[in-house]
Amino acid sequence: MAYSFPEEVLEYVFAFLSSDKDRNAVSLVCKSWYEIERWCRRRVFIGNCYAVSPQIVIRRFPEVRAVKIKGKPHFADFNLVPERWGAYVYPWISAMARSYPWLEEIKLKRMVVTDESLELISKSFKNFKVLMLSSCEGFTTDGLSSIAANCRNLRELDLRESDVEDLSGHWLSHFPDNFTSLVSLNMSCLGSEVSFSALERLVSRCPNLKTLRLNRAVPVEKLASLLRRAPQLVEFGTGAYSTEIRTDIFSNLVGAFSGCKHLKSLSGFWDVVPAYLPAMYCVCSRITSLNLSYATVQSPDLVELISQCPNLKCLWVLDYIEDAGLKALSSYCKDLQELRVFPSDPYSAEPNVSLTEQGLVTVSAGCPKLQSVLYFCRQMSNAALVAIARNRPNLIRFRLCIIEPQAPDYLTLEPLDTGFGAIVEHCKELRRLSLSGLLTDRVFEYIGTHAKKLEMLSIAFAGDSDLGLHYVLSGCESLRKLEIRDCPFGDKALLANAAKLETMRSLWMSSCSVSYGACKLLGQKMPNLNVEVIDERGPPDSRPKTCPVEKLYVYRTVAGPRADKPDFVWTMDEDGALRLS
Amino acid sequence: MEPTLGLLGGFGGGGGRGGGGVGACSTALSCDQTGLNVPNSEKDYMGISKEAELELGLGLSLCSGGGSGVEAKGKGSAWGDYGRILTAKDFPNGFSTGSGRAAAGTKRAAADSVGSAEAGSPSTGVSQVVGWPPIRAYRMNTLVNQAKTSNAEDGEGVDRDEKKENSKKKINHGNDKNDSNIRERDHLGFVKVNMDGLPIGRKVDLKAHTSYETLAQTLEEMFFKHPSRTICGGKEQSIQPFKLLDGSAEFVLTYEDKEGDWMLVGDVPWGMFLSTVKRLRIMKISEANGLAPKFHKRNEKQRARAI
Repeated sequence: MAYSFPEEVLEYVFAFLSSDKDRNAVSLVCKSWYEIERWCRRRVFIGNCYAVSPQIVIRRFPEVRAVKIKGKPHFADFNLVPERWGAYVYPWISAMARSYPWLEEIKLKRMVVTDESLELISKSFKNFKVLMLSSCEGFTTDGLSSIAANCRNLRELDLRESDVEDLSGHWLSHFPDNFTSLVSLNMSCLGSEVSFSALERLVSRCPNLKTLRLNRAVPVEKLASLLRRAPQLVEFGTGAYSTEIRTDIFSNLVGAFSGCKHLKSLSGFWDVVPAYLPAMYCVCSRITSLNLSYATVQSPDLVELISQCPNLKCLWVLDYIEDAGLKALSSYCKDLQELRVFPSDPYSAEPNVSLTEQGLVTVSAGCPKLQSVLYFCRQMSNAALVAIARNRPNLIRFRLCIIEPQAPDYLTLEPLDTGFGAIVEHCKELRRLSLSGLLTDRVFEYIGTHAKKLEMLSIAFAGDSDLGLHYVLSGCESLRKLEIRDCPFGDKALLANAAKLETMRSLWMSSCSVSYGACKLLGQKMPNLNVEVIDERGPPDSRPKTCPVEKLYVYRTVAGPRADKPDFVWTMDEDGALRLS
Repeated sequence: MEPTLGLLGGFGGGGGRGGGGVGACSTALSCDQTGLNVPNSEKDYMGISKEAELELGLGLSLCSGGGSGVEAKGKGSAWGDYGRILTAKDFPNGFSTGSGRAAAGTKRAAADSVGSAEAGSPSTGVSQVVGWPPIRAYRMNTLVNQAKTSNAEDGEGVDRDEKKENSKKKINHGNDKNDSNIRERDHLGFVKVNMDGLPIGRKVDLKAHTSYETLAQTLEEMFFKHPSRTICGGKEQSIQPFKLLDGSAEFVLTYEDKEGDWMLVGDVPWGMFLSTVKRLRIMKISEANGLAPKFHKRNEKQRARAI
């Protein structure tokens, strides 16, 4: 059979395919396309580090330059996954160190990274450029020293929200004097003070620096000096902003900011003193992204700032903004796409601020491009949700957290089924949804019926029976990730929809009613799933089969049961019964 | 009765053995009870008649010593002793928005399936549920820290301190590492400073100082010389300047250490001071007299430790 194109041509064409979906589709056309494609795939995304082994990835894609790997389930963010659960990156690094000498990029999320891993990275990849550790843990600033000292071509070092053991700020001083390639540095999660002169010199000698997110320890009086050395910055995160206001510092800051003609994104603002905010007014007109979620500043000051940002696309803020501030937002920021409102005092029984469902309704009405919402509040009504749904059918992500579990519609005292039903019915492109409040099985019926593009669903304290879970598993065609806590879902729906689980990345169920017996059965019948029972009370065999497990994590895999389980995790597999780690 | 799997498209064995797939108590869902074999009624995916939906709810209560698993058990024990979520029984104080919930529960029961397995309803117990509300540990740590340090300045509400202390205690981080992170972040340098007689405190960045002298100077400026706009709203002070460290004036500078003891500032090496100080207090000299004996005792302890 004659080929239409030489391999080189096909390879050239494939290079234009950046989406994994497209590349996967191309690989299925025929054997030769599979071969050509696998040799030229440069970027690999592994959504679950246990779904595949490093060896399998390396065998199929020998010339990878960039990997992105995710580890722990999302609920690990809220302390629902015990320590030592897993997601160790070392086996990946060590395998890639042998097989991908030209690796340039490693991006990890929710993984355990050790100093050893960081050192291995720094020494194994000569052209290493990008290290992003998002919500990772297990390493210290010593590991960062290795990276700084050895990665001569490093462009990005981003530690967003990682839990780093901060031994000292000395790591930053390990960047050699001839190191000039830095483009992005995010050290906002670190505690220790770095040597300020080292930081200044680093910033001065890296002309391509576009992103600089400082940590809290950098005081406000030092900011001007940094900004003046990097007027080309596009993204800037301040340190703590709480020094008592002084006119010289203030005017210095104004001068420095006015030199930054390219700034688009601002963050930081821990402990910000409102009097300092006007220093930034000169850049506000270009600002598209503002993270004020650590700024304990009252609504009027927030409004002052926001009203100067007509191009704002993304706002993260505390509920100090209140309904009044959100009203202002909706009138000034017509380009707004993403809004996240975090609670300032989540544990108090009474509201400490005047933020209600009304704020969100107003924004949904006033901001036509709004597509992504994360909103913490204390009261909600079906009417408000219906209004939001009607106002904003273009919503893609809708995550609502009503702080009190199972809070009903505060006006009618009914469940919020109708409200969320309206959301899924009107927002046909919805990909991510988090529910809260009082909810019956009915809401799941709505979701199963309408949410055909939904990929991720988070459920807590909701539902009445297995019907709820069944509606979701049988109706949501695009579902990839389902996470459930404290819901009365048991064995029936799970077992009846076992095959569905193979089409999803993962399912998490904690404090539900799934019995050990059902887990065993699921594990036995579904060899392509790892059915992991997490139970800190001891081996599930020591309790009746009918008793519910504490936590269940089910995910599809081609790598078989994992070998690094801690003593409180059991994989239900074909050998059935006691399979201790 | 072994639970069986219904794969895509419902049950192969329909009304046969254990179509319900419930590994629950033996008295729960059997084929007959769920009407699996009811010929004429409309069946849903599981081959269970719609009428039997009500019974689905009942049957799903799981073991707690192998009882009947029916709603008679009441909300709290619907799941027995295992994997039980907190229920109203755990929160004897009732709720703040309580009345709504009871009514809603009843309405649900009337309108829909029995829902006997409904979750418990924590009241003001939001803080007692692990991982709820769903806020990342990183953000929680920051919030808690900010609450601690900013409280003295805004002087909002007498009981806020207490609430925040309580919430801080109740945050279940699930591991010690996070707790130590809170402590670590404490020593970012900012500590509260209160002066006797002033309701509103200030904050000082200890990391900006390298010795007691500069700290004392800053504090003197803050509390006795500097009348300009301050974080807490600019109260003018008109007290004579003095030296905080030599005990010669009206006030002394004291600090609370990690163990909760109040000590005179200045006796231990600066580095040691930095690692144990929690907050500062400018105390009237009359109050400070009581410190001396305690101080000496603690000093001895410290000296012993230092060895």
